[in-house]
Amino acid sequence: MLFVSYEFIAFTILLFVLYYLLPKKCQWPLLLIASYVFYWIANPYYLIFIGTTTISAFAAGVLMDKAQGRADLAIKAAKEDGSYTSDLKKALKAKAKSSKWKILLVSMLFNLGILAVTKYTNFVITNINKFLEDGAALKAVDLIIPMGISFYTFQTVGYLIDTYRGTVKAERNPFKLALFVSFFPQLVQGPISRYGDLSKTLYGEHKFTEKTFTYGLVRILWGYFKKVVIADRIITAVTALIGDTETYTGAYVFIAMFFYAFELYCDFTGGIDITIGIAQCLGITVTENFNLPYFSKNIKEYWNRWHITMGSWFTDYIFYPLSVDKNMLRLSKWSREHLGKFWGKRLTVYLSAFIVWLATGVWHGAAWNFIVWGLMNFAVIMISQELDPLYLRFHKKFKVKDKAGYGVFEIIRTIFLMSLIRMFDCYRDVPMTFRMVGTMFTRFRLSTFTDGSLLQLGLGSSDYIVLAAGLLIILSVSIYKYRSKKDIRDRLYDTPWIWYGAMSFLLIITLLFGAYGHGYDATQFIYNQF
Amino acid sequence: MKKRIVALISVLVITGIILAFLSCLVMPKYMSGIIEGSLTEEYYDDKAPHEVIFIGDCELYENVSTVELYREYGISSYIRGNSQQLIWQSYYLLEDVLRYEKPKVVVFNVLALKYNEPKSETYNRMTLDGMKWSMTKVNAIKASMTEDENFVEYVFPFLRFHSRWQELKASDWNYLMGKEPVSINGYYLRADVRPETGFPEPKSLTDPAFGSNAMMYLDKMADLCRENGIELILVKAPITYPYWYPEWDQQVSDYAQEKGLTYINYINEMDAMGLDMTTDTYDGGEHLNVYGAEKFADHIGAYLTENYDLTDYRNVPGVAAIWAEKESLYDSILQQQLSEIAQYGELMSFGKNAIEE
Repeated sequence: MLFVSYEFIAFTILLFVLYYLLPKKCQWPLLLIASYVFYWIANPYYLIFIGTTTISAFAAGVLMDKAQGRADLAIKAAKEDGSYTSDLKKALKAKAKSSKWKILLVSMLFNLGILAVTKYTNFVITNINKFLEDGAALKAVDLIIPMGISFYTFQTVGYLIDTYRGTVKAERNPFKLALFVSFFPQLVQGPISRYGDLSKTLYGEHKFTEKTFTYGLVRILWGYFKKVVIADRIITAVTALIGDTETYTGAYVFIAMFFYAFELYCDFTGGIDITIGIAQCLGITVTENFNLPYFSKNIKEYWNRWHITMGSWFTDYIFYPLSVDKNMLRLSKWSREHLGKFWGKRLTVYLSAFIVWLATGVWHGAAWNFIVWGLMNFAVIMISQELDPLYLRFHKKFKVKDKAGYGVFEIIRTIFLMSLIRMFDCYRDVPMTFRMVGTMFTRFRLSTFTDGSLLQLGLGSSDYIVLAAGLLIILSVSIYKYRSKKDIRDRLYDTPWIWYGAMSFLLIITLLFGAYGHGYDATQFIYNQF
Repeated sequence: MKKRIVALISVLVITGIILAFLSCLVMPKYMSGIIEGSLTEEYYDDKAPHEVIFIGDCELYENVSTVELYREYGISSYIRGNSQQLIWQSYYLLEDVLRYEKPKVVVFNVLALKYNEPKSETYNRMTLDGMKWSMTKVNAIKASMTEDENFVEYVFPFLRFHSRWQELKASDWNYLMGKEPVSINGYYLRADVRPETGFPEPKSLTDPAFGSNAMMYLDKMADLCRENGIELILVKAPITYPYWYPEWDQQVSDYAQEKGLTYINYINEMDAMGLDMTTDTYDGGEHLNVYGAEKFADHIGAYLTENYDLTDYRNVPGVAAIWAEKESLYDSILQQQLSEIAQYGELMSFGKNAIEE
């Protein structure tokens, strides 16, 4: 059931009605049923995977909790019978930690193993076959890749690590944990929620309020507007541009780069808007995943604003643990002693960052283009970090940093750089991407923009007008948020005519100008495949 | 709170009006060029009673002149036909007719038996969009939908046709609130002439048996007519292309015999009705023009009058008055087409290649 389908809309409306009609204590069980029905409709076999992940995570969480509980009880008992010493406490805590670590390791390996086998087996086979003779080549295996497996596995692993760390208590109700893992709006493409955040509102009883509900509706409409009016319209040109790499070189690659940047932005943020909007209609708060990423002035800032929950997941669960890992600390010490101050300071940080970006690339897909994409991000971030002193000297001399024009330049530069790196995702082939990007500099024809070539990409002039107007609306709303640091809904809500008028406007322009329905291929969200 | 409720209700009403207006605007009007999409809905506007209902595809709505039937025999008839009208659509259109009137005779063209499953969304829309809502229409849609169609888009055609905002023409505005008739009791008149010059050799049939789905609907149609005391006549129109195989002809003959129905293959009577395919067709022999359609009407009209107790409506003043208007429309459309042919050498406002405003 695609988000952009009549069935999904009917499914969601029915859920809203039941959610607020049934007794409040039935709300979270209803969401669980709805989530499993949603997943079952996609493919009944998916339930085996998500069910296995849930059961294993539930068991691991409870076992970790029990191990901790046993230690706490033993300490308490020792305090009561007078045998308590600080050494005993340390020993008991160390034992509990060791048990928890083993449970965590097993459960993580199990769940990440499912992810690895389903998503990466054929990638590994393909690469092994490159070293084998034709007759000895391994056959690709036909495996089901459950929808959203990367998202719910990471969310579950986050829950396990948080339980291990003691930042959250293990969930003792398996059905509640099942809902956390499978909550349907975010199952398709995230965000990757933390148990500590989502559980605050996921299981609560929610009373219908006009404000919360209509805030959610506006967010849903905004998401559909971005998805069907912009992303699903511009995809026609993107598909044409990347589909014929012989014809569409030079300036066309430049166009493809920016078109894809807009498509991905509207597709991914639109999908997240729908997710967060549905949750909001249900009174549930889902973590924001974007914060005006195309207003970033450098790549580091960009990654703090784009796919925030994924970035923070990698930071919290991979980068930091790696940075304070005993072996890393040992390596840091060794590098300071043997490689000097420069590398001593950098080696472990770079190594941790390298691993994180490699993992980020692998998480996005089982293909070299994603791995190279991840490593390109790593390279650019590291290089810009190394160039920091140079920037400082430049700004000291020229005093342009606070000028608005320079800010705009920084934003455009970041968008260009990120879009350039994303070409690996766009062409899905590393040598091809290098070749195509090369033609941007060797075969660039300015006349491509003026001689009507843009009208040969499957979009007519009216499509370009819709795209321009749509992007202008998105830009205006974004500028408002960037400058005022406020949600535009807060401004509109107090004037009912404007509030409901805005909803009506969004609904009508989405229905009229959207690229949906018969004659259009309903497109799944790009991030659904990750 | 009261202010919010008033605003909400007002905006809902305004939104509904805007969407209804946009829906009317973007719906195809089928007023020139491909006009077949208008045929289904025109039935509901006709005030005359119909003792004969023709049900079928282009082999009926382009080949039988309803005005000629009236002029020569006083038969008041209607053709409920559309482009590539599939047999289940014919069945449900007949069921739809029975919601309004009970004809004495139903004439069904059997060419549609060769199709056993839904074929084309475009043709589906042209046939079904004009139907008035009822369970009959719901069932017709369900039976007709291709895999990539969605029922919701029939309920809210705006969802299907919204992208037509990019191709709106003057006719979309001109016929926003109402349309003029494009047919005369379902008959699509063409006055141009393009002689038949031969057809490709027929391909051999891999499986000559009609599909079970098609035959099931023929059964349903026969049952429906029997239950309502209507005479069902199976016909094959006097058109030789697309090829009507002897195996198919035999199956229909056998079926008619088994069910006690009349089956007439008019291909065998083309000479008897005086059809000359050098002058009586407008597209090289695939459909008849008005001259051919009048000959076919003369022929089948004689058969109907001889074999069924049909009223001569020329003698019923109320109905004759209605038919007088139809005759006038028929003559004016014919005259317009003849003028166009005289002026341009071809028709400019009819057919696939018509220049639309």
